[in-house]
Amino acid sequence: MSDVVKIATRESYGNALAELGDKYENLYVLDADLAAATKTGIFKKKFPDRFFDCGIAEANMMGVAAGLAATGKIPFASSFAMFAAGRAFEIVRNSIGYPHLNVKIGATHAGISVGEDGATHQCNEDIALMRTIPGMTIINPADDVEARAAVAAAVEYVGPVYMRFGRLAVPVFNDKDTYKFELGKGIQLRQGSDITIVATGLMVNEALIAADTLKEQGVSARVINIHTIKPIDREIIAKAAAKTKLIVTVEEHSIIGGLGSAVTEVVCEECPCKVVRIGVNDEFGCSGPAVELLKKFGLSSDNIIKTVKELLGK
Amino acid sequence: MDEALKKQLQITACKVRMGIIEGVYNAKSGHPGGSLSIADTLTYLYFAKMNIYPDKPDLPDRDRFVLSKGHTAPALYSTLAQRGYFDVEEMKSLRHVGALLQGHPCIHIPGVDMSSGSLGQGISAAAGMALSGKISSQPYKVYVVLGDGEIEEGQVWEAAMFAAHYQLDNLVAIVDNNGLQIDGKISDVCSPYPITDKFKAFGWHVIEMDAHDFDSIEKAFNEAETVANQPVAIIQKSVKGKGVSFMEDQVSWHGTAPNAEQYAAAMEELQNTLKGLEG
Repeated sequence: MSDVVKIATRESYGNALAELGDKYENLYVLDADLAAATKTGIFKKKFPDRFFDCGIAEANMMGVAAGLAATGKIPFASSFAMFAAGRAFEIVRNSIGYPHLNVKIGATHAGISVGEDGATHQCNEDIALMRTIPGMTIINPADDVEARAAVAAAVEYVGPVYMRFGRLAVPVFNDKDTYKFELGKGIQLRQGSDITIVATGLMVNEALIAADTLKEQGVSARVINIHTIKPIDREIIAKAAAKTKLIVTVEEHSIIGGLGSAVTEVVCEECPCKVVRIGVNDEFGCSGPAVELLKKFGLSSDNIIKTVKELLGK
Repeated sequence: MDEALKKQLQITACKVRMGIIEGVYNAKSGHPGGSLSIADTLTYLYFAKMNIYPDKPDLPDRDRFVLSKGHTAPALYSTLAQRGYFDVEEMKSLRHVGALLQGHPCIHIPGVDMSSGSLGQGISAAAGMALSGKISSQPYKVYVVLGDGEIEEGQVWEAAMFAAHYQLDNLVAIVDNNGLQIDGKISDVCSPYPITDKFKAFGWHVIEMDAHDFDSIEKAFNEAETVANQPVAIIQKSVKGKGVSFMEDQVSWHGTAPNAEQYAAAMEELQNTLKGLEG
């Protein structure tokens, strides 16, 4: 495991933008004084004329993005998830969502893995907020390979897209030569018949570690990566529910309104079975190193293994 | 202004006002006061100023208009109808289920360049459109109308800072200073005054205008075109409810629809105004 490459998906975002900038001349990037942190600075360095800093004014930035999109540009509006989805929510809803404009929102520093900055900057509510906006597509990539592919897919797709990236460097487990990103399609990463672990974002890798450990202990756990939370892949979830009749969801987000809720809704409607949600419970985060916080809040392979074993009575 | 043009604009503005009353009356809701106060300005923009193509409403080089004070949509719709974007009969189904004309501007309506109505947001979108024109060297201008109460929204000043920073001289913001908002006089509610000084301090070129005098309107918009490297704010002194005497300068007509009797009185007054103009 020592040779595993770790990259933060915010880096993937910045690098993908810089790469795509060559191919798409009408791709523009906006930021709200966080270019060094969101990594849009990588794009700015390469395309200074196509980067616009809006200052610390996220509400206006989202409106400016709407205006750019309404006149044929493809703007990527970037900030921390807390401000992009939180502070600017109503502008995203009314100026981007309602007119269904082709704005891409790159939200970095999502979840508690923001770390030391603490609760004010740890956005565990963004997926819930964005899911309620009609026509909003939501992508939460799991690693560098998937994040870059997601950004490329977002440019091609016409309509508003919310992309969620992290601050913490996370293992790159997808193979860039064989990986295929299909918007709205979940990916089954492990076969399994006893239980299904549905994960998103940086929790996908933890789910894989958990499934592999469980396999050694005689538990057959299916693993599904849901990178597109909206529109969600109903088919892959319903199929898993029918086969394993027990689902655990894992996300670095509140258990209210995020992946767990989305999966539960599908399961209840398509093929009812028990769903247990692992995520941030109904509480705020706190300061600390990201890796320690993930453990503290149960966002680890160990907690997935423990939860699965308890559910299966093992 | 040329007298014949002025007469024509006055006639059109009167018809726009009749459409506003028609719409709000049939909807049994809506905002007549602030719609009537911008009727002359919108008439001037759509009939004498803007580079627009009602038969090709999506032409990329057209001038843009954003009604940031979106609750006064009846004024925009009535102007667009007079200009030929859609049938004036549409005003009668304003705000009805399944109707074309939504309570607040919607981008899917022919001629409407941006959905708006949640106050403070339209100016940001307008700034984005202006920036877009600049970076692509497109010749169009962007006009955005704000309410004087609306500028209490913080986002307006974020946008003001942004537009000045990027020297968006293709952006003209018109502040409809009728002095009233829902809760009362703007000076009593939470005063945004001094408006002119505020925009100047934010780096804008500011012009003051009489919103019901086409000579003043023409002069202001012509001056706006001469400004370089700065966005332009036109502070228009207006009368809420202008053109319907019992609605003028009355805060109660901010968001109230006339009843049948009031509707008849308003239409009669506007008909008489029209007759006088067409004489």
